[in-house]
Amino acid sequence: MRLGASEQTAMTRYVMVADLRRCIGCQTCTAACKQANATPPGVQWRRVLDLEVGEYPAVRRVFVPTGCQHCADPPCEWVCPTTATRRRPDGIVEILYDLCIGCSACAVACPYEARYKVEKQEFAFGDEPTADEELRADDSRIGVATKCTFCADIVDAGVAHGLTPGEHPDATPACVNLCISGALAFGDIDNPQSKVSKLLRENKHFRMHEEQGTNPGFYYLWDEDLCHDRDP
Amino acid sequence: MTATLDGAPRLQRSWDSRAAWNFIGGGAGTGLLLAAAAALPAGWPYFPAGALGIALIGFGLSMVWLEIGRPFRALNVFFHPQTSWMSREALLALPLFALAGIATLADQSFVPLPLQMRLLVTPLASAAAALGLAFLYCQARILKASHGVPAWREPSLQWVIIVTGITEGLGLMLFLSFFVGSPPAWAIPTSLASLIARAGAWEYYRHRLNPRVPAPAVAALSRISLPVHLLGHALPALLLLVSLVAPMPLVPAAVAGLAMVVAGAWLKFAVVTRAAFTQGFSIPFMPVRGRASTAAAADVRPGQ
Repeated sequence: MRLGASEQTAMTRYVMVADLRRCIGCQTCTAACKQANATPPGVQWRRVLDLEVGEYPAVRRVFVPTGCQHCADPPCEWVCPTTATRRRPDGIVEILYDLCIGCSACAVACPYEARYKVEKQEFAFGDEPTADEELRADDSRIGVATKCTFCADIVDAGVAHGLTPGEHPDATPACVNLCISGALAFGDIDNPQSKVSKLLRENKHFRMHEEQGTNPGFYYLWDEDLCHDRDP
Repeated sequence: MTATLDGAPRLQRSWDSRAAWNFIGGGAGTGLLLAAAAALPAGWPYFPAGALGIALIGFGLSMVWLEIGRPFRALNVFFHPQTSWMSREALLALPLFALAGIATLADQSFVPLPLQMRLLVTPLASAAAALGLAFLYCQARILKASHGVPAWREPSLQWVIIVTGITEGLGLMLFLSFFVGSPPAWAIPTSLASLIARAGAWEYYRHRLNPRVPAPAVAALSRISLPVHLLGHALPALLLLVSLVAPMPLVPAAVAGLAMVVAGAWLKFAVVTRAAFTQGFSIPFMPVRGRASTAAAADVRPGQ
């Protein structure tokens, strides 16, 4: 039997997992996000931080994908005066552009610098839009807060067709689909059989700025959990 | 452990000077409405203070209106009073304007009004003062709810905002007294007390910031701290003491009041526009690529 979208989200929390050991900082996820969501110049719903740690000769680099953490207790939702920012039952934090007044209260409330607001339509190559930009320009995103949606439209369409987000590309965020090193994973953390649940069981992980009480839905793997009893 | 500045705290640009003016105008305006209501029993005229207070609050809210991306949807701001302090602030502004506006009109002498209207000034002004205090509290909580800016989410900033608003209100009352007549007897000692309270709240806030917030934010506030103490606390306190013995007490009191207001605005402007560094990014562990790695565990906080 195929589950309907609402039934599937009843016990669902979609999260993203980034394996810091695998990420090579190629920014393909950033490009994929920009292509999938047609974000304007300067707006990166999926960023990859390039950190250089230590001093010569003991220098290491680490690449850290970031973006909206789709928190379970999102401060952006609490402060939003319009209810434009809201958390869906499946854990995805969304913005209803038609309600948003662009006050930026959410932007200063977000500990992850995940929110953007542009005042006018801008294009990658000057005043003239590319064919893709012309096709996908969305005036409803001007003057309002925007951020990563976990590609909710793709997820919803996939779920509506009975696909499993995180497993089927047609139900999975663009950044995860195109990650060339397999560093990014997506799925339902409430499903113990999902890829993200397995990754989190088998690896040591952390979430960023947890002390803020946001309960973020973005996990970072940093080491193998050698004490873990592997699934058969 | 050092790191490149990618992911380091940065000065947020989402709220600029227009947001700062909301906190300045709102704080000074509500403080003035509070002081003016308290001064009514002493016979101090409400009309100029009420008009100026309303104008200041309205100016602050207008600045916010200019800052939002979709100003013609501004009424949506009322939709989320369950958790949003911005919604609560906006909802309080409506009865605040109405009550203070009616009290101000009832107190003026240009248009003849029935005596019964004049009897309403004190209760209306008192209600407006209470709403003003609640409005000021909302402003303080708006900053505290800004989790992305460590200098704003520090709880002690609430007291700075509230005490500064009250101090600015008293300062404006002293300034207006130069034009409308002597302030109540309690105005000078209360102003002195508010100056002490603001200086104390400010120093406690700065003490709490370090090392909880990015160093550039601490530095930005440290830069203005001495001038604010000298020009905004010591100078007005001295002038207020002089006004107790001077032959023309309204002059030093008015200058002191002006200094109290300017210092409050300066302080809030700096907090909103100069100390508003984001938290930045941090990872508590370095990824382990191979078991031989010796730098597995590290708390990486770029720029901090």
